[in-house]
Amino acid sequence: MYPSRFAYEAPRTLDEAIGLLHDGAGEAKVLAGGQSLVPLMKLRFANPELLVDINNLPGLDRLETLADGTIRVGALVRHRDLERAGDVHRIQPVVGAAAPLIADPIVRTRGTLVGSLCHADPQGDWAAVVTALRGYVVAQGPGGRREIPIGDFVTGPFQNVLAHDEVAVEAVLPGPRHTVAGGFLKLERRVGDFATAGTAVAIELDGDRVTRAGIALTGVGSRTVDATGAAEALVGRALTSEAIAAAADAAAEAAQPTADHRGSAAYKKHVIHTFVTRILTRVSTTSEQAA
Amino acid sequence: MTVNGEVVTRDVEARLLLVHFLRDELGLTGTHWGCDTSNCGTCVVLYDDEPVKSCTVLAVMAGGHDVRTVESLEWEGQLDPVQQGFMECHGLQCGFCTSGMLMSARALLDRDPDPSEATIREAISGQICRCTGYASIVRSVRWAAEHPAGGVG
Ligand SMILES: Cc1cc2nc3c(=O)[nH]c(=O)nc-3n(C[C@H](O)[C@H](O)[C@H](O)COP(=O)(O)OP(=O)(O)OC[C@H]3O[C@@H](n4cnc5c(N)ncnc54)[C@H](O)[C@@H]3O)c2cc1C
Repeated sequence: MYPSRFAYEAPRTLDEAIGLLHDGAGEAKVLAGGQSLVPLMKLRFANPELLVDINNLPGLDRLETLADGTIRVGALVRHRDLERAGDVHRIQPVVGAAAPLIADPIVRTRGTLVGSLCHADPQGDWAAVVTALRGYVVAQGPGGRREIPIGDFVTGPFQNVLAHDEVAVEAVLPGPRHTVAGGFLKLERRVGDFATAGTAVAIELDGDRVTRAGIALTGVGSRTVDATGAAEALVGRALTSEAIAAAADAAAEAAQPTADHRGSAAYKKHVIHTFVTRILTRVSTTSEQAA
Repeated sequence: MTVNGEVVTRDVEARLLLVHFLRDELGLTGTHWGCDTSNCGTCVVLYDDEPVKSCTVLAVMAGGHDVRTVESLEWEGQLDPVQQGFMECHGLQCGFCTSGMLMSARALLDRDPDPSEATIREAISGQICRCTGYASIVRSVRWAAEHPAGGVG
């Protein structure tokens, strides 16, 4: 399968890339890892006239952890870099749990977290992680930079809020204030398959009290589901079995799955319920042991 | 780009995929073209030492980069230990997936010379073999790990 014909540019500076996108007037597309875009172009679901390859832009491969625990993920940080970043996993365990479950190990060599957010696949995994962590995307266009909270960034299935001449330069995961715990669970039919259902949980604990919680779901809606009700069921409380059950109920309630070849809607809700329970139970037993 | 240590320069259409560039432009047909949907992994080559599916990389993106195909494994008549391992442990039957398997095995051993069975299984989990049931592939990679300098074949 060949993509239809297109022009290709590999600029060396961000300004040049933005200029090319601007002149492309909506017919140009950014090419990052290519692990979603190239398959789509081969199927001719995407037919851009111009590809602006950002792989040669300096600095975008930076994965930084700041003193306050903020994590900055440049647009060229690959899934594989995140999988190997032990320092990041120590700060945000949910990242370490999710990274090895994205696609397969060879796709992870090339694909990027920021590209995954831009692609906005309702079954993508990183958007759930970034939502649970209240992350944001930094975009740069001709008019300068802006920060876009993840909840506003994705506007629908395969749609994001970027203007045609904006490049997402990084994703930022804000630093935690208290002890962090969390996890990511994904049900897939085989390695490399998209999620039948997936759950990202990120919480902060002050002693045994939950001070912040984020629970986000993938594969169970037309976009990533931010299960705010489930998170609210935890904040201010200890991780008792009642609190965990309330959060799991609220998450299953928030899920809006459709039945498909991966399973019925009821089954997917059940999986979400099980995943939330499992992650939170594990967190509560580990923190009890630590105490 | 550099392919198997040699600098190659070509003018190609932007839409040419790396797998077709290697096979049709350079005649390196050891890299197979399989599912064409980034699933099967028979087209795996090394791109700056990391395995990639060459059906999902544009040839133009490889400009300035280092690409290694299965043809690079043998060196002056000497097979790479992973190739020897596949012979010793029957790591192939029909051979269609083999070149991709060999390349991801090589990349794994370069990074982790003594991988566990689980690590090997994980490393090849993005590739499909319909003959072996994978067990003999895993054994073949272990053989290569245990014989880093190769061995009598
Ligand atoms: C076999 C296979 C299995 C997969 N399984 C999974 C899975 O289980 N879970 C999962 O989450 N993903 C999966 N993926 C998708 C993979 O994670 C992709 O890497 C990811 O979705 C896109 O990242 P990319 O860097 O490859 O982006 P690209 O393919 O380069 O781009 C994707 C889209 O985002 C835009 N874009 C990319 N970067 C930017 C930027 N910096 N600024 C503006 N726009 C940008 C592009 O224009 C394009 O529209 C799979 C892919 C394959 C091939």
